[in-house]
Amino acid sequence: MTATVPPKAPTFLGLPTAPRGVGHLRGDQSFPDAARGALRDGQLRANLGHATSTIRGKRAKVVDELPDWAQLREAGRALKAATMARLDDHLEELERQVTARGGVVHWARDANEANEIVTRLVQATGTSEVVKVKSMATQEIGLNEALEAAGLDVFETDLAELIVQLGEDKPSHILVPAIHKNRAEIREIFARTIPGVDPDLTDDPRQLAMAARTHLRERFLRARVAVSGANFAVAETGTLTVVESEGNGRMCLTLPETLITVMGIEKVVPTWRDLEVFLQLLPRSSTGERMNPYTSTWAGVTPGDGPQEFHLVLLDNGRTAVLADEVGREALHCIRCSACLNVCPVYERAGGHSYGSVYPGPIGAVLSPMLTGVEDNASLPFASSLCGACYDVCPVAIDIPSILVHLRAEHVEAVARDRERPTAEAVAFRGLAKVMSHPRLWHLAQRASRLGRLIARGKPTLPNALPPPVSGWTRSRDLPTPPRETFVESWVREHGS
Amino acid sequence: MSAREEVLSRVRQALGADRTPPEEVVRDYRLTDGRPAGDPALLELLVDRVEDYQATVLRCAPADVGATVRAALDQGLGSGWTAGDVVVAPGLAEDWRPAGCDVDDDRPAVQLADRAASVTAVAVAVAETGTLVLDGSPACGRRALSLLPDCLVCVVTADQVVGSVPEGLGRLDPLRPLTMVSGPSATSDIELQRVEGVHGPRTLLVVLAG
Amino acid sequence: MKVALFATCLVDTLTPSVARATATLLQRLGHEVVVPPGQSCCGQMHVNTGYRREAVPIVANHVRAFAGAEAIVAPSGSCVASIHHQQAAVARRAGEHRLADEAEELAGRTYELSQFLVDVLGVTDVGAYYPHRVTYHPTCHSLRLLKVGDRPYQLLRAVRGLELVELPGAEQCCGFGGTFAVKNADTSTAMLTDKMANVLGTHAEVCTAGDASCLMHIGGGLSRLRAGTRTVHLAEILASTEEAVTPDQQTRPAVSA
Repeated sequence: MTATVPPKAPTFLGLPTAPRGVGHLRGDQSFPDAARGALRDGQLRANLGHATSTIRGKRAKVVDELPDWAQLREAGRALKAATMARLDDHLEELERQVTARGGVVHWARDANEANEIVTRLVQATGTSEVVKVKSMATQEIGLNEALEAAGLDVFETDLAELIVQLGEDKPSHILVPAIHKNRAEIREIFARTIPGVDPDLTDDPRQLAMAARTHLRERFLRARVAVSGANFAVAETGTLTVVESEGNGRMCLTLPETLITVMGIEKVVPTWRDLEVFLQLLPRSSTGERMNPYTSTWAGVTPGDGPQEFHLVLLDNGRTAVLADEVGREALHCIRCSACLNVCPVYERAGGHSYGSVYPGPIGAVLSPMLTGVEDNASLPFASSLCGACYDVCPVAIDIPSILVHLRAEHVEAVARDRERPTAEAVAFRGLAKVMSHPRLWHLAQRASRLGRLIARGKPTLPNALPPPVSGWTRSRDLPTPPRETFVESWVREHGS
Repeated sequence: MSAREEVLSRVRQALGADRTPPEEVVRDYRLTDGRPAGDPALLELLVDRVEDYQATVLRCAPADVGATVRAALDQGLGSGWTAGDVVVAPGLAEDWRPAGCDVDDDRPAVQLADRAASVTAVAVAVAETGTLVLDGSPACGRRALSLLPDCLVCVVTADQVVGSVPEGLGRLDPLRPLTMVSGPSATSDIELQRVEGVHGPRTLLVVLAG
Repeated sequence: MKVALFATCLVDTLTPSVARATATLLQRLGHEVVVPPGQSCCGQMHVNTGYRREAVPIVANHVRAFAGAEAIVAPSGSCVASIHHQQAAVARRAGEHRLADEAEELAGRTYELSQFLVDVLGVTDVGAYYPHRVTYHPTCHSLRLLKVGDRPYQLLRAVRGLELVELPGAEQCCGFGGTFAVKNADTSTAMLTDKMANVLGTHAEVCTAGDASCLMHIGGGLSRLRAGTRTVHLAEILASTEEAVTPDQQTRPAVSA
């Protein structure tokens, strides 16, 4: 018998990250491999192109309407930074206030612990059905799978989440998890999976929404337990906030006897007043509306109105590891509006599934690797052309390109630490750095690049078939033949040095 | 160590020993709209913004709220409605209520789904975003009242209409269960195209008095 | 004014005509151009690929090469953005505070070509002649990091004979992104395809921009398609005059050398 060594728990900057084997933060393919397949899906490209261009236009219009957008954005950034700097104090205050108003606060170190807590709370009510409001945190920890493993039936009630659940699919967008499906595909899923659905159902979005209403109405009315996430939690008053559109959130937050809210610890804001900033930034950035149809807030339990049992689960699952990264901690400021996804040229083409995490797009490319430890998502920081469109639209001014660049270096440095022999890339970049920092070597190297003229055989471009990594370029683009003389050489020849 | 202690100690470890005061938050965005609550221009703006969400606004003099609520119900339910179709918030002003209508009481909330329409007051309305806020007070009713009937009629008085979001939030009590309503329920989940009417009331009618 | 020209490693090695055109243009406007021979690279490729420590000696070389220069001009928004936003930061992270201070100070005197022309020299009509149908791609780092705004358009509109046509989806990235073009070659190509479709849709003869790297990417794609539309750097257009316009604009400067 051989003793099995337990796999080393992953850490990031000395703090535990989101554990492996649970939840949806890690894909089973690298980004370039996953994207390669997605890029061949013409329907996906058309769906994403249509949806993201629609929302980009709407967002731009309502953002331009506010004369003080820049000031709101800066206040949002500063509020988040100030909150993170005293996160422990704010969490303790939140706990005190929620408890004082009849709520019960639970703390979860990671996905497994949060799933156990929620499962136990649901089981204690004696019901076997759970209705859910769309929540990124519960997607992240794989709560549905955990509840189902315990024999419970879970009903997603957000339209897009319902489409994903009925289609046995995965979410591909933070706000609109079914953005990769068009109306015809959604009609097909509903016609196939909703019992008793109108056989004449068309692909008119209104009819599809009505089919979802009919399907879920009964479940809302009989639900005894609901699980939600939270957009904000106000420490000074213990007020929780859910921002939504369809009313499914209100159904879940209002009708059941028991409400369980799972919230990442970074969602706390210090004061009620802070919502005056975020409730302006979020809807305009998110759905491109002046205000979303419904925002619900509640503090603990209100006699005679809504659930009489309220549990708040505060989730770490790698967030403290993100907080430990002085450059990357800004990613915790994210209010999950998904504006960065909607403007990202990489997301628009590769689609959300290519990121392998419930957090896709630019924010996902920084958040996922920090939550899991960079090496578990090492291809994501490179899944960006660093065009900066994400930073421009971020309502709390997260400098995503700078964090991407920072995480690329964290990955390169981790590989250098962990491997006995450097990678070919590291050898090349180190060599090039040496050359570029010594003008004499640099001029020799430039001359050597002229060897390219030999393989060009007098043609203006180099041959298409070149070895890797150059082949990554030449598969789709010509490479010019190097000139006879560099500019500096010719200048020095003409003017002296 | 308990999970609580451990998470808090991780936060402290992550932040490090340097506990210099966090940066000052500058609130140089618009704190007020500049126009007083109830300003005629704000009422116009509210109407414009609420109608932009495909909701209907009926304006009336303060003395005519009762008749206008009935007119709103005519629009929402068709003229054949009866008092039994409508449930109102327990604290709604007597002269705003349709005669003989049902008043919400301690019945199980889900029973409100049997009613075709509900009528409530609001706590505050924000003109710039077309938002009505219900605060669970007797005049606004419990949250289920404005959720389950398919047609919602909200009565707003001019003095409740403020310009901006900061002014609106400043008038609210964060300890109450609040519902901010901006138009009928809607979804953008299919091709990011907005469609009005999903799980919440599919019809929203606003009676603006003053 | 005495202007030090930073050719950038890519232009110097692969498209020297762009640097030549920049020098010719500045001289024509009455300025003295110097080309510090010790220059190589700003370090951006290393930083953006994750080799920030290795970038530090490259930054040091750059600072050494341009020490004492009154004004530094580069025909690349991306490299100038790296000089402004990255050089000092990587030096500081490596504990090289003196280098970081020097890099910061140098960055304050470093300009992207269109900003230098419009803001520092105060010219928009540089006296150029370029009788072609041209569309302009506002490269990401010029657009978002340097915020060059409409300066390139002002300069292009003043060029005699030039017909400027609007590029649809202009602000979308072309998909270059440095090593992104190789590490995520498929996604990069998908982005390039859309950019090329927009460029070709304008029926322009020439696609121009302020970054030789993005132009090498777009031009490499167009060349592979045998599209006929060529890429020409903004500096080459602005350097062109009635006396020195050749139909072979892409590889040779339009000015008499």
